Amino acid sequence: MDEIIKEFLTESLEGLDQLDTKFVALEQNPNDRDTLASIFRTVHTIKGTCGFLGFGHLEKLTHAGENLLSLLRDGRLRFTQDMASALLAMLDAVRTMLVEVERTEGDGEEGYTGLIETLHYLKESGGVSPTPPAPAPPAESEPAAPPTPASLPESKPAAPPAAISLPPGPAPEPFLTILATLSEPAPKSTPPPKPAPAPPERPAAPPAPPSAGSSTIADSSIRVDVPLLDKLMNLVGELVLARNQILEYTLLQENPQLQAASQRLNLITSELQEGIMRTRMQPINNIWAKFPRVVRDLAVSCGKQVRVDMEGKETELDKSLIEAMKDPLTHLVRNAVDHGVELPAVRRSAGKPEEGCLLMRAYHEGGQVHIEISDDGAGINPVKLRNKALEKGLITLERAAAMSDQDLRRLIFLAGFSTAEKITNISGRGVGMDVVKTNIEKIGGVIDLESELGRGSIFKIRIPLTLAIVPALIITSGGERFAIPQVNLLELIRINEEQRGAAIEYVHSNPVYRLRGKLLPIVHLNRELELTPGRSNAVNIVVLQAGQHQFGLVVDQINDTQEIVVKPLDKVLQDVPVFAGATIMGDGRVALILDVLGIAQQARILNSSHDHNVGAQQLETRDQDGERQTLLLVRSPGNGRLAIPLAPVSRLEEFPADQVESAGEVDVIQYRGQILPLIRLQDILGERRTLDRLAHAEPDVPASNLLEVIVFGDGARRVGLAVDEIIDIVQGIFEIKGRSTRHSVAGTLVIQGRVTELFDVQGFLSQVEPLLAMAEEA
Amino acid sequence: MADLRQFCTFFLDDRFFGVDVEKVQEVIRYQVITPVPLAPPVVRGLINLRGQIVTAIDLRRLLQVEERQDGRLPINIVFQTWQGIFSLLVDRIGDVLEVDQSIFERPPDTLEGIARELIQGTYKLQGRLLLLLNVEKLFSLAILNRQRRAASH
Repeated sequence: MDEIIKEFLTESLEGLDQLDTKFVALEQNPNDRDTLASIFRTVHTIKGTCGFLGFGHLEKLTHAGENLLSLLRDGRLRFTQDMASALLAMLDAVRTMLVEVERTEGDGEEGYTGLIETLHYLKESGGVSPTPPAPAPPAESEPAAPPTPASLPESKPAAPPAAISLPPGPAPEPFLTILATLSEPAPKSTPPPKPAPAPPERPAAPPAPPSAGSSTIADSSIRVDVPLLDKLMNLVGELVLARNQILEYTLLQENPQLQAASQRLNLITSELQEGIMRTRMQPINNIWAKFPRVVRDLAVSCGKQVRVDMEGKETELDKSLIEAMKDPLTHLVRNAVDHGVELPAVRRSAGKPEEGCLLMRAYHEGGQVHIEISDDGAGINPVKLRNKALEKGLITLERAAAMSDQDLRRLIFLAGFSTAEKITNISGRGVGMDVVKTNIEKIGGVIDLESELGRGSIFKIRIPLTLAIVPALIITSGGERFAIPQVNLLELIRINEEQRGAAIEYVHSNPVYRLRGKLLPIVHLNRELELTPGRSNAVNIVVLQAGQHQFGLVVDQINDTQEIVVKPLDKVLQDVPVFAGATIMGDGRVALILDVLGIAQQARILNSSHDHNVGAQQLETRDQDGERQTLLLVRSPGNGRLAIPLAPVSRLEEFPADQVESAGEVDVIQYRGQILPLIRLQDILGERRTLDRLAHAEPDVPASNLLEVIVFGDGARRVGLAVDEIIDIVQGIFEIKGRSTRHSVAGTLVIQGRVTELFDVQGFLSQVEPLLAMAEEA
Repeated sequence: MADLRQFCTFFLDDRFFGVDVEKVQEVIRYQVITPVPLAPPVVRGLINLRGQIVTAIDLRRLLQVEERQDGRLPINIVFQTWQGIFSLLVDRIGDVLEVDQSIFERPPDTLEGIARELIQGTYKLQGRLLLLLNVEKLFSLAILNRQRRAASH
């Protein structure tokens, strides 16, 4: 059953139970306005909700009751016996309908017209006197006004309303009797309460089988305060900690009974933890349920046709996360309708059905909740985004040129970005996708998008199941322990002492590690946190995912994984962006939880002003299609630009210029216990007689006394190419635009808006082959 | 009737301080402190107070008093404030004193800087002065963060 309806039922049935008590109180003190007001509120709430849910009959009836109650509450009418009867009859009718709702998700055929009229009459007549005649007419009228207009008199049964037709009769006593009768569900289905003169058309028993037994919603669920759940969650957190402590100590003990007991404790705690976590879980439909309406209204106001499809409505996640996802999801949905789906005419001409489709999917995978919002609209045009970003000065021309379409699309997440051509009142109200992204990241989630022009876009969100207890990797750095949430963890790399020298390489003083052919930016935790490095023989790299970026975090030691309880930090520490919170370890000491995104920001992995090509993107040497390349941009003699494919490059090094020695006619440098022949770029490039070249006739001397050396080959067969300056590393699909004009140049390309020569690595290597041989001999 | 107030007293070397006893939740011996890198220097770190994580503030650093020389471990005075729970690290704890308001005097004009903001005044006890600290102000973000800025210069 729909979660909203379930909630409505629970709430309403509870409200009704209270009403019974309140009517009793009212009977003793008919002028108690507070009680009247509270009855009014309950009825009003039920009316409001069922109106919203589309239970028309229920709404009409409660509305009639509400009208009467409002006059009573305001003191404009006096509470009479008849009113009590009528209102109680209404309560019963409402109960019957609720049972019907629970059974069929509809409020039944019964319209209770008679009862409504009675209520109306009482309101109009002022419920004048407790004398029988007054309420009689409506009672009489009941048979005449059958429940549903469709069927006349004898059609529908009117079991509960029967009660209202009972003659007010002998004063106070019947009130209690009725109450007693009415408050039991059973009589409703069976013949009317005895004091009632059964209306003629009574015969058929109502279809509703409200047998008291079986577990109805009212019985099988209870409402619990969220703060209480929070408290339980905290306590379970404490228990998990205590369990961890006990497990730790037990390991040191030899006592098998103690070990058995602690194992059991371990299991029970885990189950309890899971159970408590589940109490806080809610289906995502709790926020999704409103979207069809939102989309409909929005679509109508934009003149579009949009259908909403949902998959995985029942996917559950923690209540606090549900709350946190509400706004970001609403924004994405609105965006999809406003900017994604095209106008019907446009769609038609594009050969698509006029009705656009918004698909919302949710599912669990890998301990995370995945949410996808996709539309089959126009897609996101990377060129448009690029132009917009350039226009707003969010990126530089050079950077834009080096960005892939996917990177360009991700610009949408930059602050201060809004591409809607005209500002609508729907989106474009200053809250952009950057806010969506920030909000999602705040709860430890990530968002990405895929889009195809003309085919639509898909936003993919991953968020953790819960925030309170998370599995984490415990590491040590600078003598302190830190926890890294496993959500961010990709893999662990350990480099032995012997290899450590070669493992971390440098791209223009930025450390990188070669991970399966890709260059992984390296961040030293000790350095970022200004810690004194501890002693460690090996290099431990924790490969982490921060948003769309990966980086390797070098730590002193990797300990183990643990479930940790996340505790927030004090405000004064919330300015320190690298920590997400703290936790208490098995030994009772506090350990800080690293905020992977914060560290990436601190280390400028995510910073756009940083040389993003090194840090931000996966430097793939060769993509699947073989077209994408990573090129090293260097300054060539004469202030030109030369691109060197990065794939054959083994290392980038810097040497002090005075370390260069000569062996015969060749410059060499001592490098890792070997002699590395050194070729200067200007020597290898074929002479090019241009005016430009002539103007700069004097040889290019390195400005600094450091030599940038690109090392090719491996082992003993290495050769170094000395260049003046490494400018950048770019990635993309490059097309050779011009033919080669000189030696060692394979052709010319345009990179970052500038003509760049492509270095012919093969030609170069074959040219220096004799030198390699020389080094081998040496 | 004398207007008496109760103060929890403590020392930094022989400097004698007092805070409103009502604000003090408890006094506990030294706990292992987990330092927080990049935090303002007045934040010594975090302690585990029966499962609750409490930020420990170093009063010496806050009042810009030189680091302790005798190498002994500080004591935690745990405060319950509007800003939350904090622990103040002091050298040594004194008695709870009942002091008459009549011997209170505002701080001398010569008191400067952060001390002037945090020391509300002195009680002229026999033989020594009791400095009254403003607890709410002490743990305010403005004060704790000011130290960060000062340190970064």
